[in-house]
Amino acid sequence: MRKVVWLFVVVASALAMPAANAQLVIEITRGQENAVPIAVVPFGWESANAAPFDVAQVVAADLQRSGRFAPLDRKDMIDRPTAGDQIRFQDWRYLKSDFIVVGKLTPDGGDRYSAQFELYNVLNGQRLTGQRLTATTGSMRAMSHRIADIIFEQLTGIRGAFSTRIAFVSAEGTPPKQQYTLIVADADGENQQKIANSSEPIMSPAWSPDGQSLAYVSFESKASAIYVQTLRTGERSRVSARAGINGAPSWSPDGSTLALTLSRKDGDVDIYTLKLQSQSLTRMTFDPGIDTEPTWSNDGRKLYFMSDRAGGPQIYEVDVDQPNRATRVTFEGTYNARPRLSPDGKQLAVVHLDRGNFRIAIVDLQSKGVQVLSPGRQDESPSFAPNGATLIYATQDRGRGVLATVSVDGRVQQRLAASTGDVREPVWSPFPSGR
Amino acid sequence: MRAAQLMLIVMSGLALASCKSKPPTLPDASNQPEETSADTGRTTDTDVSGRVDPNEQLKQTAIQAGVIIYFDYDRAEIKPEFVPIVTAHAKYLNTNSANKIRLEGHSDERGSREYNIGLGERRAQAVRRALMLQGVTEAQITTVSYGEERPAVCDRGADHDGQLRRRASGSAGE
Repeated sequence: MRKVVWLFVVVASALAMPAANAQLVIEITRGQENAVPIAVVPFGWESANAAPFDVAQVVAADLQRSGRFAPLDRKDMIDRPTAGDQIRFQDWRYLKSDFIVVGKLTPDGGDRYSAQFELYNVLNGQRLTGQRLTATTGSMRAMSHRIADIIFEQLTGIRGAFSTRIAFVSAEGTPPKQQYTLIVADADGENQQKIANSSEPIMSPAWSPDGQSLAYVSFESKASAIYVQTLRTGERSRVSARAGINGAPSWSPDGSTLALTLSRKDGDVDIYTLKLQSQSLTRMTFDPGIDTEPTWSNDGRKLYFMSDRAGGPQIYEVDVDQPNRATRVTFEGTYNARPRLSPDGKQLAVVHLDRGNFRIAIVDLQSKGVQVLSPGRQDESPSFAPNGATLIYATQDRGRGVLATVSVDGRVQQRLAASTGDVREPVWSPFPSGR
Repeated sequence: MRAAQLMLIVMSGLALASCKSKPPTLPDASNQPEETSADTGRTTDTDVSGRVDPNEQLKQTAIQAGVIIYFDYDRAEIKPEFVPIVTAHAKYLNTNSANKIRLEGHSDERGSREYNIGLGERRAQAVRRALMLQGVTEAQITTVSYGEERPAVCDRGADHDGQLRRRASGSAGE
């Protein structure tokens, strides 16, 4: 009976609730010194009433957050061109902007609008790109992120990740009376939605490869169980509630299978794969040590995971067609855990014990070299942006759990703190499908 | 019919050290039984009132022996000073196969979360094995590891008693 009620609650909250309680505030803690100066001029709007949305502001904020660009302050703009033929390049050269974005927003009738934007090189006056995009009032922010994606890719050669989302867990209240919420937000922390909510812990969210669903662990039935929930509909199913641990879900690249951690009755903590359609379970590791935190190789043929079979936690890999034949991957340091593969498949992000501090590090799979990226003492849960340029992870700030990002070269760092409570276990979504 | 369920909290000593205010000493039995009976009085009159139930007495003895077992950091062996707790609980569980126990594993908050779930499970399993060596059957024991997810005890001492009360009074007969 209780289960039925629960499903209901979750569905209702998933559809209805913007999670205003855990608003994220972004602070750039370290930027790139040679960030490229760019002017993003406020978009034109030819109508008596106010413009329905400030596209340029979202575009500029995205570019700034990447750490690679330094947008020109609006109050320093001496002119407001809205199309290429209105740009007096000399003025912008004088303002030391290397690039300029101009555009205008026009009503298309009803709730529809279109945005026409252009990107120019200020130094030589060359038009680099330009596009016309359409949106409704509700999708204006998403359209602005797409414009930022196009500009970012044009100027850096790297696909922009501004249209992606993050999932994370928030915990509010003091122990033991805590409320745990699984939240999905845009990559800039806006547009938050509650996905699940419980007075028992929620942990280990994982995106399906199509970005439509999340798998996660919930203790709502007073024991751990893994759930899969479709974001758009709120529909969810319990895919594993076996005796002992049900943890660390990770989707295979084709979305058909979850890797997960079970301890079953005998308490041996090992990794299994679970085919979601047939529910068939295959054991991947057989070691008496703790084997957990699996993640798939990009071709779906291998699992990387953490094991303390040799004493301390280290990363291993196993071929899914040859379970029980694991080989060790990391050798540097006494603690390497929670592996996540970079989108190009060449590096693992891990939690690494660095002179007494838990930090995010990158392990190069070829050279096995370890590079520490994060500066904290209690950093955990690294997750790559789908373009591989940035990592998001969880850290502590004056005793509170906050999220942070770091560029893979370590040069750009930001912190995302919730207005209240702790936030943790961030996971970056895949690229949105359909483009 | 009522399946009385006890709970043992299994945790790392470092989590204890990280408590700012008064570290919970080993559960001091002095006032727990009164609290327990005072509270169970409301819900379990039918079973307990009037009669001296030997099962109930063994349960109280087990609770008085202690409800928290601390492990050294990164270790999963039960330290000698906690063996009497295990023995007292085993005695209670052995009197009636309907008696149940729930073992909750906890870890400190350092390091990776899912690994900490594994560490909490490993400790809960150590207690489970110790209970089974003393004759407790598999069916009587449930383990759950919270790792670092639900901070154990610290100031939860009071609440833990609350939970224990609820469980002992049978409302946890799920």
